[in-house]
Amino acid sequence: MVFIWLLPATFAAIGTEACAAEEAANKAGNKITDSRKSGYDFMSASTQALQNDDSQNPAMLWVKDGEALWGREAGKDKKSCASCHGAAPKSMRGVAARYPAIEKKTRRPINLQQRINLCQKDHQHAAPFAPETQEMLRIESYVGMQSRGLAITPPRDARLAAFTQKGKVQFEQRMGQLDLSCADCHDNHAGKKLGGATIPEAHPTAYPLYRLEWQSLGSVERRLRNCMSGVRAEPYPYGAPEFVELELYLAARAAGMKLETPGVRP
Amino acid sequence: MARTLITVPPNPKKNTVIEIRALIQHPMETGLRPDVEGKLQPRNIIQRFECRFSSGGKSDVIFSAELFPAISANPYIAFNFRATQSGTLGFQWTGDNGFTQAETVSLVVV
Amino acid sequence: MKTNQILLNTINFRRRQILAATVGMTCYVVIRPVFGAPATLDTAISEFARGTKVTFGTATAGKVKFDIAELIDNGNAVPISVSVDSPMTDADYVVAMAVFNEKNPQREVIKCRLSPSAGRAQVSTRIRLATSQKLTAIAEMNDGSFYAQTVEVVVTLAACIEE
Repeated sequence: MVFIWLLPATFAAIGTEACAAEEAANKAGNKITDSRKSGYDFMSASTQALQNDDSQNPAMLWVKDGEALWGREAGKDKKSCASCHGAAPKSMRGVAARYPAIEKKTRRPINLQQRINLCQKDHQHAAPFAPETQEMLRIESYVGMQSRGLAITPPRDARLAAFTQKGKVQFEQRMGQLDLSCADCHDNHAGKKLGGATIPEAHPTAYPLYRLEWQSLGSVERRLRNCMSGVRAEPYPYGAPEFVELELYLAARAAGMKLETPGVRP
Repeated sequence: MARTLITVPPNPKKNTVIEIRALIQHPMETGLRPDVEGKLQPRNIIQRFECRFSSGGKSDVIFSAELFPAISANPYIAFNFRATQSGTLGFQWTGDNGFTQAETVSLVVV
Repeated sequence: MKTNQILLNTINFRRRQILAATVGMTCYVVIRPVFGAPATLDTAISEFARGTKVTFGTATAGKVKFDIAELIDNGNAVPISVSVDSPMTDADYVVAMAVFNEKNPQREVIKCRLSPSAGRAQVSTRIRLATSQKLTAIAEMNDGSFYAQTVEVVVTLAACIEE
């Protein structure tokens, strides 16, 4: 009887405090079993091979362009990203792994693309890249790749909690004509088939990534918009606060999982 | 200018066979897909890829390929070459709408 | 009343036009062979071999090896690798390699020309597959002989199609 009562409690704990528990366990040197799977684990070996080797990974075309953008001067002060941040492999290491994060002035969470836009506006005095443009994806993938192999690490910032919670509510909120929530597929039916495709667990481990379906690179918000139109809901616009909250929850849910950016997915 | 990513193993030993990989950014639009308004988008593909090896004033095509719309967007082609001497590898992609892209990579055989 | 009738007829007429156009376009896509291009996998192979005999490998053995996953996640980018058992010497080498498909809109996928300087007769690329089908890789040797290998693959279709 006690045992039966314990089970739901355990699941609830995994849902909300997985990151803290796992970090503590890792520090103590006790590996707790982590059954979470990246989308990578659901792919066929031949698609995995595209991600495994940079010389075959089409996403690297965007990363290389991003590297050139990093050093390109822009705005009236003719500053590049490198003017302030120096070499990205050093200065950007770990940055993508901790976004979304709270922005100082507005005290609201922003994602990595929005962070890049703020730098463009405030420091370069340049026109910001619009979301999902090729230029934005190039610079985001270049910054993102500097965190490859690092664990997703949401900031320990109490101000994030309310936003992350809102994201969780969104994740579980049914929407669209098909009346499905994210959780319906990605929590309750992950690993099962939808048509010919395996439903992944919705961990944002490799964005921006090259999706074979897109034949291009895309951000996590493009993927979220896809899912929303898939359940026949009206997708939020790029950069909507709802997306940033959802990204926060996804990051909390995937805390401790390794970043693969730039990934490949079917 | 399209972004390319060419991978040639560095400093191969004389007479070893190396794999050369060439990736280029290109939509490879088939000419069979309708756009959002239902109109067929015109074909825009890379039709030909060629690799030459030049050394000591001599230049030979070592590999070439004719590509069709069934080649994926951002075409990737890998082929082999016996590294007998140092020289320059010249890569050329040509396609619809006057598309052309050339790259060179030096090969240093040790 | 009369105006309404005319309007209705116009609408009907336009609807028929659109229907006809749609049907026409469907046929266009389905049977559209690029002018002078082979219509079937068999004719594509025999044209490439210029009518000479082609020796096909069996499922487990053959001069041509065709590497491709049997079950494909997404038909937009399917990695393939074709290799030919050849010493690649001036006396004995692969002149050309090609891949043809059965059910894409166009039979040709890629045609390559090799030289003995390759050292190894192997080419890899990524291809599009519209649906589950047969594929044939064929190689032309410098003595004028042809060898081929046919594979059959299943392409799973994505459940969530892109906007």
